[in-house]
This record gives sequence, C-alpha cells and structure tokens, in this order.
Amino acid sequence: MRFLASFLFQGIPLQPEQASTIAQSVDHLYYFITLVTLFFTFLIFALIFYFMIKYRRRSPDEHPKAIEGSLPLEILWTAIPTLIVAVIFVWSASLYFQNSVAPPGSMEIYVTGKQWMWKVEHPEGQREINELHVPLGRPVKLTMTSEDVIHDFFVPAFRVKKDVLPGRYTSLWFEPTKVGTFHLFCAQYCGAFHAGMIGSVVVMEPDEYERWLGGGVQGESPEAAGERIFKETGCATCHLADGTGPGPSISGVYGHSVRLNNGQTVTADDAYIRESILSPAAKIVEHYQPIMPSFQGQLSEEQILDLIAYIRSVGNENGK
Amino acid sequence: MSTALLEPRVHAPRNYLNAEYGWKSWLFTLDHKRIALLYMVSITFFFIIGGFFAVLMRIQLISPQGAIVQPETYNKLFTLHGVIMIFFFLIPSIPAVLGNFLVPLMVGARDLAFPKLNLLSWYIYIVGGLFTLYSAIAGGVDTGWTFYTPYSSTYSNTQVTAVAIGVFITGFSSILTGLNFIVTIHKMRAPGLTWFRMPLFLWAMYATSIIMILGTPVLAITIFLLALEHLFHVGIFSPALGGDPLLFQHLFWFYSHPAVYIMILPAMGVVSEIIACFARKRIFGYKVVCFSSVAIAVLGFLVWGHHMFVTGQSVYAGLIFSLLSFLVAIPSAIKVFNWTSTLYKGSISYDAPMLYALGFIGLFTMGGLTGMFLASLATDVHLNGTYFIVAHFHYIMVGGAVMGYLGGLHFWWPKISGRLYPNGWAAFAAVIIFIGFNLTFFPQFVLGYLGMPRRYAFYPAEFQVLNVMSSAGASVLGVGYLIPLIYFIWSMRYGPVASANPWGATGLEWQTSSPPPTENFTEIPVVTQEAYAYSAEEQEAKSV
Repeated sequence: MRFLASFLFQGIPLQPEQASTIAQSVDHLYYFITLVTLFFTFLIFALIFYFMIKYRRRSPDEHPKAIEGSLPLEILWTAIPTLIVAVIFVWSASLYFQNSVAPPGSMEIYVTGKQWMWKVEHPEGQREINELHVPLGRPVKLTMTSEDVIHDFFVPAFRVKKDVLPGRYTSLWFEPTKVGTFHLFCAQYCGAFHAGMIGSVVVMEPDEYERWLGGGVQGESPEAAGERIFKETGCATCHLADGTGPGPSISGVYGHSVRLNNGQTVTADDAYIRESILSPAAKIVEHYQPIMPSFQGQLSEEQILDLIAYIRSVGNENGK
Repeated sequence: MSTALLEPRVHAPRNYLNAEYGWKSWLFTLDHKRIALLYMVSITFFFIIGGFFAVLMRIQLISPQGAIVQPETYNKLFTLHGVIMIFFFLIPSIPAVLGNFLVPLMVGARDLAFPKLNLLSWYIYIVGGLFTLYSAIAGGVDTGWTFYTPYSSTYSNTQVTAVAIGVFITGFSSILTGLNFIVTIHKMRAPGLTWFRMPLFLWAMYATSIIMILGTPVLAITIFLLALEHLFHVGIFSPALGGDPLLFQHLFWFYSHPAVYIMILPAMGVVSEIIACFARKRIFGYKVVCFSSVAIAVLGFLVWGHHMFVTGQSVYAGLIFSLLSFLVAIPSAIKVFNWTSTLYKGSISYDAPMLYALGFIGLFTMGGLTGMFLASLATDVHLNGTYFIVAHFHYIMVGGAVMGYLGGLHFWWPKISGRLYPNGWAAFAAVIIFIGFNLTFFPQFVLGYLGMPRRYAFYPAEFQVLNVMSSAGASVLGVGYLIPLIYFIWSMRYGPVASANPWGATGLEWQTSSPPPTENFTEIPVVTQEAYAYSAEEQEAKSV
C-alpha cells in the first residue's frame, strides 16, 4: 500500500509551494476545510454502508415500522453545519479582509495584460514581458489593467489571484518569502492562446534585485514617461501648474477630494484620472467648462498608467 | 429506439406506446408520456455529442503539449461540451423526461395542464438545439459556456451569435415546462392528494419550476444584450464601446447559479423516491426535506456573486455573497442527513436504482462539501478558475444530477417501457460509473489546488501525471455510461414484461398498468394516505 502510494505520488506534490507571507495562513484554512470535508464524507459513507448491511432486506415481505422524523435530530443537524460554516466564514472572511489592502510602503508595479502576454513596468523604468522580477521580503503592489479582454493574474505559490479588466484598474499585493521562480498564469479564459499566457515571477535577494535593476537597458521611469507624455500630448497647454489655464491644475490633486460642478465630491484616484482622460465630460471640476477632448484611442493603457504615475508624483510634491 | 416501440405487440393491452403508430403519432402527440420519450431520445443524442467532445478533451490533455488538436480547436471543444451538456442535456434531463412522464401520473391526472404547450416546448428545444448544432458544424464557438464579455461580444470571431440564439430559444422551452408543472401541481391533484401528501419528487419539480420561470428570462435578456453588442456594436458590456465588462457576469450568474439547482433539485427528488422505495421507509423528516427544496430555490438566487470574488468586486459584496453561499449549503446538508437516516431500521434491497441513489448521495456529499472551499473567500482566491472548480461542479452536476437521472431512469424504466432490464448488469454499471467518476474527477481537485488553471489546451509538464490519471478514469466512466445505453435498448425488445408495480412502490404512478394507458388512469384515483406508506399497517390499510 505504501509502495503503491509512493509510486503513484512520486514527483507529484500534493501542495503548491508556499512562497508568500499569506500562503501559510490560506493553507491552514484549506486544511481545516479539508478535515471537515473528510470527516463528513467518511461519516456519511460509513453510515450508509453500516445501514446497508445491518438493515438489508432479509425477506421479501418485510415492512418495517414508519418513522416520522425527529425534531431534535433535525435541529441538531441544522445547528452543527451552521456552526461549522459560521466558523469557516469568519475565519476566511477575516483573512480575506486583512489581505485585501496592500501594506503602506509597498513597491508599486504596473501590469498590463493583453492577448496573450503580460507587460510589466517597474517604478525605476524597467519593462519586461511575461516576467516579473521582485525583491525578497518587500510587499509588492500591482496595479493592473487590460488592453483587450478580461485576464486574470494568478501566482499559485503566492495564493493570490485577481482579474485584470479592460477599462478598470484592479490591484493585488504579495510579499515573497522565498527566492525562486514561480508560475504566473492567466486564470481567466481569454481566447485562442489563453494557455500560453503564462510567465514567471522571479524572486531575488534584495541586492541581486538592485543589480538586476541596474543592468540591461535602462528605460524611462513611469513618472518621467508620464511627464514627457503630458507635454507631448498637449495636456500642459491647458492644465497649467498655477491653475490659471482652462483646465484645472494637476498639482496636489492625487489622492485628494475634488469638488465637481454638480456639487458632488470625488477622490482623485487612478480610476478618476483614467476616466478624466478618456471621458472628460463625465465629471467636470467645479468652476471649469467641459471643453476637454477625449483621448480615447490616442493613448495606450501603458501611457495612461505613466500619466497617472506622473500626476501622483506631482500630487505628492505639492499636495502635502 | 423507436422501432421496438412502434412494433405492435400481440395480446399486449392498450397502452400509450401501442395506442397509435407512425411518425405523426409521435411528432404531433399531445400525450405527456410520448413527449417525455421525444425528450429522452433528444437529450440522449445531445449527451452522446457532448460526451464525445469530453472524450476528445481528455485525450488532448494526456500530453502537456496537447495531444491531438490545436488550441483553437480545444477551446471550441470545451465550449461546446459545456453548452450542450448544460443547456441541452442537464437542464432538460430530469424535468423534461422524468418530470413530463411522472408529474401527471404522480398527481393522478390524465395529462399536464397545457398539453399543447408541452409539445411546443419540445419543438422549441429542438429548434434551439439545431441552431447550436449548426454553429458547431459552421465553425464552432470558443467563448466557454459562460460567454464572458468582452471576449464573446467583441473579440471572438466564432459563431457566438448562432449559439447564443440557440441557448436563447431553448430557454423558452424550460419556461413552458416550468409553467406547465406549476399549474398542474396547483390545480390537478387527485382528490385527497394534499400538499403534504405529495411525493418529494413533486416538491422538487415545483421548486425547480419556480427557478425556471424566474431565472430563465434573465438569461434570455442577457443573451439578447450580448447578441446586440456582438452584431450591432451597441455598447453594453465592452468598455471600448462604453459598456461595463462585469455587468454581463452579474446577469449571467443571476441565472446560471440557480440553474445549478435546476439540475440538482430534480435529482434530489428522484433520490427521495428511490430511497423510500428500496428501504421501505417514509423519508425521514418529510416536511423538512420539502422546505429545504424551497429554501434552496430561494437562496439560490442570492449567491451569484460568489462566482466573482476575484473580479475586483467590493470586499463587502464579497463578504455578503460568501455568507449567503454558506447558508445555501445548510439545506443541502439537511437533506443528506435525512436520506441517510431514512435507511435506519429500513428493509434495504440492493436493486440497481438504489445503487444509483446511494452513489448520488456519496458524490453529492463530496461535491457539496468541496463547495465550502469556494464559498470561503480566502481559499476561493486561490482555487477560483482552476481545476478545483471543474472537479467541484462535475461532482454536483455529473456525480449528482446525472447519477440522479440514471437512478430515476432505472427506477421508472419498467413503467416507461413496460419491460425489465437485467438487474445484474445495471448494478454493475452503477458501480463502474461510481468508480470511473471518482477516478476522473478526484485528481482534478489536486490539480486545482496545485494551481492548474482550467481551459488550458496545453500545460506545464509537472501537471501531466494527474491529467493522465484523470483521462484514464474518463475511459472507465465512458464504458460505464455505454452499458446502460445497451441494456435499455436491449430490454425494449427482449426484456421480461414488467408488472404494474415491480418494486412494490407506493405512489399513484405504480397503481396504473405498465406502460400506462394514454389516459393514465381508467378512474381517477383517490388518495387516502401520506406519501411513502411502506409500513405494514399502512400497506394493510391500503389493501382494505
């Protein structure tokens, strides 16, 4: 039996690698639910087999007494499952809740999905395709969008997964705890070569990561690229820094609330800035006219991400 | 199969099968029993096609590079497998075949409330099916059965519209069936058949019909909007046209999650009948089982968001959907406990229908319990979109719904055909199906936990061993499904003639001859007892 088991499972791990700070806690919950599942499966199977043998029909004219049911039993087997699922719900929901927001000071990386590749942009300007290099022991927050259909960023070893949507930003975060190369899968069906939309996350020692950052072709940082696009595309013509232009100034806006001409107040986050670039008429800042043209189709998702990075950087400089 | 049915039987008493002959007597019939047979032949046809696609998929996945077809073709295979099995086999299976045959017999009526609508529903189903088959031949469709936007609406170059129209049309057939059942159960029950004397199969059909009537229109609207965007570029779902990509998922799952209960509730009804008969016991906690069916039908409409935990929906929405999804598990658990307790102090025989029913309980228990991993937020994040999901819903829909359908077919086959099948072969097939099913789908739980995403035409080599195990199991399962097909066809000509009540079952359908006459009952029966009057006292009371 043991030989058979070792033969069958030789080389098949029964658990994916645990390589992030949350992996172990997710697995503990997983083990608990597995235990509950095994317990009830064995209970039901054992009862069925026991009854099948004990109460097998011994003569064709057996007609056992009717049993109506039992209220105490019904209450018992309503209460026990309710209690168990309540425990799992609370455990699971609190874990999910804790992990839903990236810790402050996370390294921010932009990811764009498109049929059928992952494009990654580092804060220092490195760009890569189907690979994501990150340093060990530092939380990394990914801001993600798609150029076409819905994709899904899934790293089994980190136990993280999030859809990557066109026209929206989603984000996920992880903190790697192991040096190595881990699978990155697209987990939302996205067309012909969905199965080929895979890459790897390479976790490096921090100093090695620094060396990696320094090597290769040094690209523009997203802020610098954003500043260049801001000037080249003509944004700077209207959005004057001192606020005297026909468009509101972008300085000190990011992360702050903005009053609109309909009296509402919104927070200037990634989604708001993206919308203001692509559908400027959707939300008009108080005291300004709806005169800005749409840049839909003129800027790529990556360029929009660069612009957001730039607007965020000037928000931090002047807005505090 | 129709040749054997059409042949005149010498000395056979008049029944619905030999009442009339010729193709017109079938295609224009208003007899619910004949319409049930039309459905049976049609869904068997679609099951074979859908199964054939599954065979090709399992062969493809033997090799990490993909053994036989290009990724584009593989994508069409899993899409058509899903579309055909769900919309053209599972959803109509028990309601349209067994439900059509049995609802009037069980309530003690001569037919359904609207016989013409009933025939119309079959024609609608066939037209929808032909559209889908046309699309399969004319290039196929590669969106997955879930048709997620904006891939389906603006990116896929396959026959999305034809398949969408096929599914749209077929939806109306389920609405008509549901309507017919609800009216029949409300208005046409025999004298004395009060609500709480009804067999649990009728309660299950009632709950299912409610879902069909309330849910299917939402699917129809969703598909209509999808076709509108696909054909005329009206911006509804595609952000490039100003739409919302997640809106589709909300609408789609609002129907498609309850649709899972359209598949499983009828199977639960079947299993209740079988367990009671072969344990000769009233179902333990009859009323609790009734109400749990209704609770599942209602709660089933409030859990669609658990398909969307990783779409970026708000954390709070996720919490609520997770909680509601856990709640819907409770009535299912209650049913399993009640079925198991029904066996206690029973008189259990191991006839083939009972083996299918017990197989159902085992597989449904595993399918239901593994649902907890997916209702639970933190674990769902890891498992969503992987083979774990594939394994889980096959345990429910194949291990559960198909086992239930097969169990029902074996239970009522003597009534439907008037013939007996070889019990030994049937028991053998039940065991083979149970084993083959677990060999196929259990490895997929492990694959999913290890991180293999679903809908991959090729995959990293480390997943190969488990995929080969799954494919090997699928060949056992395939053989298991072929055996009943053979002996059912065999029994129609060569099977021993069945008596009116070969299992000694209670229920009005067993009080008329096998097969029943066209009008079901020569005299409308009067019900004086509760359902499942299997005890000695009740049996005596009946015979007096």
